[in-house]
Amino acid sequence: MRKVKKSPDPQQPPMSSHDVVITGIGLVSSLGEGPDAHWQKLMQPGFQPVLEAERFAPYTIHPLPEIDWNLQIAKRGDQRQMETWQRLGTYAAGLALDDAGIKGNDELSTTMDMVVAAGGGERDEAVDAAILAASESRNDRDVLLNEKLTTELRPTLFLAQLSNLLAGNISIVHKVTGSSRTFMGEEGAGVSAVETAAARIRSGQSTHVLVGGAFQTEHSDMLLGYELAGYLHRGPWKPVWQRQGSEGGGVVTGSGGAFLVLEQREHAQSRGRKIYAELGPVVSGRARRRRGELNAEIAALLKQARLPDGDLLTISAASGAHAATAAEKAVLDANPALAARAFSTLTGHMKEAQFPFAVALAAMAVDRKAAYPVFDATVERPFAGAPASVLATAIGYHQFEGLGLVRAA
Amino acid sequence: MANLRDHMGRPIVAVTGIGVVTSLGVGKKDNWDALTSGKSGIHPITRFPVDQLNTRISGMVDFLPSSSKGASHLTYELAETAAQEAVSEAGLDSGDFGGPLFLASPPVELDWADRFSLYNSDKQDAGAERLLRVARALKELDVFETTQFGSIADRLADRFGTRGLPITLSTACASGATAIQLGVEAIRRGECDKALSIGADGSATAEALIRFSLLSALSTHNDIPEKASKPFSKDRDGFVLAEGSGALVLESLEAALARGATILGIMRGCGEKADDFHRTRSKPDGSPAIAAVRAALADAGLSEDEIDYVNAHGTSTPENDKMEHLSLSTVFGERIGSMPISSNKSMIGHTLSAAGAVEAAFSLMTMRESVIPPTINYDNPDPAIVLDVVPNKKRNAEVGTVLSNSFGFGGQNTCLVMAREPV
Repeated sequence: MRKVKKSPDPQQPPMSSHDVVITGIGLVSSLGEGPDAHWQKLMQPGFQPVLEAERFAPYTIHPLPEIDWNLQIAKRGDQRQMETWQRLGTYAAGLALDDAGIKGNDELSTTMDMVVAAGGGERDEAVDAAILAASESRNDRDVLLNEKLTTELRPTLFLAQLSNLLAGNISIVHKVTGSSRTFMGEEGAGVSAVETAAARIRSGQSTHVLVGGAFQTEHSDMLLGYELAGYLHRGPWKPVWQRQGSEGGGVVTGSGGAFLVLEQREHAQSRGRKIYAELGPVVSGRARRRRGELNAEIAALLKQARLPDGDLLTISAASGAHAATAAEKAVLDANPALAARAFSTLTGHMKEAQFPFAVALAAMAVDRKAAYPVFDATVERPFAGAPASVLATAIGYHQFEGLGLVRAA
Repeated sequence: MANLRDHMGRPIVAVTGIGVVTSLGVGKKDNWDALTSGKSGIHPITRFPVDQLNTRISGMVDFLPSSSKGASHLTYELAETAAQEAVSEAGLDSGDFGGPLFLASPPVELDWADRFSLYNSDKQDAGAERLLRVARALKELDVFETTQFGSIADRLADRFGTRGLPITLSTACASGATAIQLGVEAIRRGECDKALSIGADGSATAEALIRFSLLSALSTHNDIPEKASKPFSKDRDGFVLAEGSGALVLESLEAALARGATILGIMRGCGEKADDFHRTRSKPDGSPAIAAVRAALADAGLSEDEIDYVNAHGTSTPENDKMEHLSLSTVFGERIGSMPISSNKSMIGHTLSAAGAVEAAFSLMTMRESVIPPTINYDNPDPAIVLDVVPNKKRNAEVGTVLSNSFGFGGQNTCLVMAREPV
């Protein structure tokens, strides 16, 4: 007889019971940096996003705000060892550590675990363009590659764009050294990073974990990563929910990052820290989308997350990608208690950072006892009152799905 | 009846399936035969021209159908081949595995062959603008999928029927060990009864070789390729870039015994510690690697005296072997001079993201076969590194416990402790 599979219960783990709370938030997007700047802008009804439509035309993006890197990465030497993506992530991680009162505290930093959701691949665009141009007149392209790459690649570029070196730089700059793990795989990596970090805390393996990701879209390869499947939206900008049928694939990207400090409740209380919110169940899945399983998978995840009764503010990381966003919208529409806010309308799609960003916005709404106004008045509906729980969703533009429930602490 | 819980009350994690591919061949038998006869898989590079390259040798896997199809396809095939061997050995349904998947694999990028082909399929405009315009007209997803970090795991999840969202990870040269650690932890937390942990790396492209070469990390002993990787030798001059894969089926001992599976070994403990010193160099006092070894021993509930053999990271770079010796001699004290410590990389080179998994597979086989594979090319010992490296010839020995080290760029240190028998 087949053994029945154990179903993990995120609220009542088998080893010991440790609530997970959020004690630090580090955010960067085109809207600015930090929870306050984001809150102020997101709470303005009818707030218009920051757009850049020229530099990468026909694609619109949400650019990085002006950042003084020195504020979180003191050494110029360290800044030079990173391309923009790593610098952005290291910066956002520093904001979260500062917010949680961990930065500069050796005891807390050296015992802190870390799970980073990373992409990578910020290549040297000038070198690549020169190689491609030369390839038009040469048939020995492999030899051409050797000639150009051995002479023109900056030796340190490899590390400055390598996936696990965002975590490596966070260790070097912020001294987080308990452990260091890098997950890869677009939005799903962000979901798994939060899910794994929370599971470690619940089981007593970790007391405090830095978790998050960053995405820097202002690089042609970062756009190419979507456009090889035609995922990018073209033509005039529209809110996330309104891109079906428009030219292109529906995704408008943005540069940004989101890091969270997740902590065992007892640990946070014992050091007298402010708690934004509790992180409840985090669930994830892999629908076989070609078989049309996505709608059912999202519905199943909603069940697993055991949502509270009544209206529920839902911070959606929907990308705008036509099929995935339509599926998410259909499931949300079928659950009238869920009042969605698709934040990528205002920030753009930040890939690996999407889920941590959604959880951060959810925690801020719970903490400040107010719901965000609609980001798209034609589709989203108002939410009245103070949200005691907020749902965060991340349905990948191409694959992988996850949800998390954030509750008042 | 064996204990089903470890010293911390957690489910004991058993290994019930092992799979491996390296430049020495496909599968455990071919690899083990070669490894124990001191045979090297390092050979001249033929996959691409070596004009202008300082390093012209590698441990590439050149004999699979995907060997010439780019990093993403080869990494998938390596992972699939090793996983198939492991799942079959475990006696599980290879289309309905029913546990989570943890995949260590290299970061992906659009291959140059595809970049050239897309670019030259058109003549309008130039550079990135042309690539983007051509890209959005593509009708197939094949090239797109090679650029998505989660796609290899997604395909493997379909192929083996693993459960849930598969995790793809990178901790550089420690990745394979981290994949195993994640599987062990998921079982210990009671999230699952079994997990499939794979490390696979088929990313030895010209650009990868050049990148490591620019960091002065690679051996340039091109003339006799099989002699180039010489861990712990005085004249070691860098690692040899290589490909491969290792896969383990991990199961709670309870579930494995209940279904009558053969127990191939026990994952006793995992330890890690990040280094904040430098992007490629270790803290001079070796404290992070020391802490990782000690954390693995503590997690395993074993003392220093209870480790029989060390499967070294042993890359053959001047820096790694010196620091690994420092760390091990700090942890094991005087005993270090008489403990067998060998490096599989002397024969297979450095399989990067796969190394931790490949070497865990070989560590488990070392215990089962009571044979320690040698460190070959040990003709000129480094007098500053006094170790019993099991020089040049295999050794018959009862090995009950193994420590396997994995250290990587970005301050990654992960150690695994394995045992032959349950407690």
